[in-house]
Amino acid sequence: MPKDGGIGASSKRREDVRFLTGVGNYTDDINIHGQAHVFFLRSDIAHGTLNAVDTTAASGMPGVVRVFTGDDFAGVGSIPCGWQVTDKHGEPMQEPAHPVLATGKVRHVGEPIAAVVAETLEQARDAAEAINVDITELPAVVDMKAALADGSAKVHDDLANNLCYDWGFVEENKAATDAAFEAAAHVTSLELVNNRLVANPMEPRVAVGDYARGTDEHTLYTTSQNPHVIRLLMGAFVLGIPEHKLRVVAPDVGGGFGTKIFHYQEEAFCTFAAKACNRAVKWTSSRTEAFMSDAHGRDHVTKIELALDADNNFTALRTETHANMGAYLSTFAPSVPTWLHGTLMAGNYKTPLIYVNVKAVFTNTVPVDAYRGAGRPEATFQLERVVDKAARELGVDPIALRRQNFITEFPYATPVAVEYDTGDYNATMDKLEEMGDFAGFAARRAASEAKGKLRGLGVNCYIEACGIAPSNLVGQLGARAGLYESATVRVNATGGLVVMTGSHSHGQGHETSFAQVVADMIGIDESMIEIVHGDTSKVPMGMGTYGSRSIAVGGSAMVRATEKIINKAKKIASHLLEASETDIELKDGAFSVAGTDKSVAWGDVTLAAYVPHNYPLEDIEPGLEETAFYDPSNFTYPSGAYACEVEVDPDTGKVSIERFAAADDFGNIINPMIVTGQVHGGLAQGIGQALLENCAYDDNGQLLSASYMDYAMPRADDLPMFSVDHSCQTPCTHNPLGVKGCGEAGAIGSPPAVVNAVVDALQSAGKDVTHVDMPLSPDRVWAAMQ
Amino acid sequence: MTQVTMTVNGKAASGEVEGRTLLSSFLRDELKLTGTHVGCDTSQCGACVVHVDGVAVKSCTMLAAEADGADVSTIEGQANADGSLNVIQQAFQDHHGLQCGFCTPGMVMSAAALLKDNPKPSEQEVRDYLEGNICRCTGYHNIIKAIMAASGQDVGAIAAE
Repeated sequence: MPKDGGIGASSKRREDVRFLTGVGNYTDDINIHGQAHVFFLRSDIAHGTLNAVDTTAASGMPGVVRVFTGDDFAGVGSIPCGWQVTDKHGEPMQEPAHPVLATGKVRHVGEPIAAVVAETLEQARDAAEAINVDITELPAVVDMKAALADGSAKVHDDLANNLCYDWGFVEENKAATDAAFEAAAHVTSLELVNNRLVANPMEPRVAVGDYARGTDEHTLYTTSQNPHVIRLLMGAFVLGIPEHKLRVVAPDVGGGFGTKIFHYQEEAFCTFAAKACNRAVKWTSSRTEAFMSDAHGRDHVTKIELALDADNNFTALRTETHANMGAYLSTFAPSVPTWLHGTLMAGNYKTPLIYVNVKAVFTNTVPVDAYRGAGRPEATFQLERVVDKAARELGVDPIALRRQNFITEFPYATPVAVEYDTGDYNATMDKLEEMGDFAGFAARRAASEAKGKLRGLGVNCYIEACGIAPSNLVGQLGARAGLYESATVRVNATGGLVVMTGSHSHGQGHETSFAQVVADMIGIDESMIEIVHGDTSKVPMGMGTYGSRSIAVGGSAMVRATEKIINKAKKIASHLLEASETDIELKDGAFSVAGTDKSVAWGDVTLAAYVPHNYPLEDIEPGLEETAFYDPSNFTYPSGAYACEVEVDPDTGKVSIERFAAADDFGNIINPMIVTGQVHGGLAQGIGQALLENCAYDDNGQLLSASYMDYAMPRADDLPMFSVDHSCQTPCTHNPLGVKGCGEAGAIGSPPAVVNAVVDALQSAGKDVTHVDMPLSPDRVWAAMQ
Repeated sequence: MTQVTMTVNGKAASGEVEGRTLLSSFLRDELKLTGTHVGCDTSQCGACVVHVDGVAVKSCTMLAAEADGADVSTIEGQANADGSLNVIQQAFQDHHGLQCGFCTPGMVMSAAALLKDNPKPSEQEVRDYLEGNICRCTGYHNIIKAIMAASGQDVGAIAAE
């Protein structure tokens, strides 16, 4: 029977009511009395010397408050990068300055050159057309390998070249890995592209800066996944505003998928301009601006090689990847192709030797950073493609080859520096075989062939590392932040609770699922608990939501704070019940004395905490509010197995997804309905990457896919109903809820399943096709068949 | 500037607009009905769908002046008279047909228009109809379920899980 509340229940989402009735509070819904609007004049040239920006005419246009250029930010810091990678020689990465508004050069199409603040957006836009920009165009650096060639134009003149870093991992394993390849019975190699994507949350980014002259207090309303991180990065590194004078609010946020983690120039601009203009300044991104200014995702070019012995055991793996950083280093960009990618190259397999090389490259394109999965989809795609290719080369069943090489004993220390705490990869594969009805595939293929279509079945596994991460570990790896989470639980006198969490919900349903956890711990109704997030003035501290970390890290902090509450409440109850504290039990919202019928209700205890007439004042303080910081001791490792069945039209190359099954192990689950929804969304984004989406530049650095007319978002008629299961559960061993996280799995696990399926379909028709690069658009598939 | 007058969710509404003012801007900025969202600038995403004289339109693609004299319905006017969720809204909550909520107003308005014309749509008909409404969160699975459930159909038969 499904539970009707608490952990494990599919509680309906409380936040839905405001979203369904049009009374949500998204950032663009916020308007401050007297606010002005800003329009950014952005570069339409990928690379050029910025000779002059003449704002004279624009400044005199109707409604214009002030026109800003890069010169106005001379005393302002660079947009900071939050992760410093050390290269294979022990040297720090090359790290260029990142101005709020361009100075000296423009380095990508969409880079802001000037900003017009005016009474209305229309007036700001009109005035921007009157700005005269003098740019001498320079050769655009677009292709990563060409960018590293001698004689290439340089994106940053003050850097030695376009190489951000050349990373080797694990460098000590390189010689042994190479030797294993020499000794291999079989080597499978594959070159592939992990296509550049744009996250495209449906809500474009918005920033509203406000300033209170009387108190010198700044407020920024912004579409962020982590308002406290923005407060720290922007306050400390860009604008020099101490945290006690800077409030950052991220109210209802319409999706993030990674791209709303980062600190952007527009946030710094609006905060700065609000003080400079002495009025609130609002910016709302258009969709085309979003394509030109939101950090992009993926964009790796990889060669991967897998060595096997004569018994088809994996003996070694090595990869060479070029990873596009774009023109500047976005907040967490350097970590994505390294610590979020190289550490996952063992996948689900006991490959003993692994060596990963990554060259991160500057180009005249929009900065690239974390997008749903961030490094892990890139790792999974190349690994699961090369394993599938190896099976086909060896003539063995792809599932059997995977099972033969599965890690089966835990904890398991990989050769790429992480230790998986739990997992059962055969269990999820067993479940997948059942869900996918593989036994019926031959008949379905025959039916497809009877109507002139090819049918393919693609299977893959995945593992990911979520719940980032132990702060002392990531500090050693170059993170410039701690990655704990905090929660404050405030119990009111009448028994209701407010949980102030540093996690941020932008679609994940924390207001519901977090309340379920606390309700379960105390034994009270979920409606007595309010979850507050997204405002630095209400939540003391937070590191935010990304990397599927909210329940694993933020939820753990909340559990720890709630445990403190319960412990103190038990002391109060023991006083009220005149019993030993060790005899007090909390169940169903009442404290009782073990073995007796004496009890006191939750509400009586909370009232006593605030009306302490009969209270142990000599032992404990009045009040009932506790804060906990939780710093995880390890990542969590969700895993699973996915299967995709496609039909391919041999005349047009069009691929349709006929069936998709996902068997995931997320450990313990708080709200199965929400978890299933998270998987659905991830699958759609992964299938979108595999079949539809591609962020394309031409050789001049012009962005060719800057609207929904040109960037193919998955639509309702592109996708099937999904078959999703998360009944295989090996609980995480090191956090209090035993949870692993579920937000990114779908996007990580699904692209290789689609490509494996299409290759299977083409080979079923006798085509000598071993790989097709994503997206598998009809023209690419058709061309591969010829 | 032009004076426009229309009925919005059953109430008279009027204001001064520029010739270039979009209906979506008029609703959001003048009438403060911020439930109608704008997610793109090419009439692709459908977050801005409202009903004008009973027909679903993308309000970012219609001038406010064009709606002069029209009867406009937005997401704010969809709940039942007692404030409870209407059948479509309730089905979206019951079937987890929304996550971040940004596309949701357009989805609900499009769903209402679909079910008015086609009270028992098939899964494929729902998918085809929603081609102009983009959702980035749900993969559409639960939106399809919600709309079919709102039409009184058994969604257990179409959902694999």
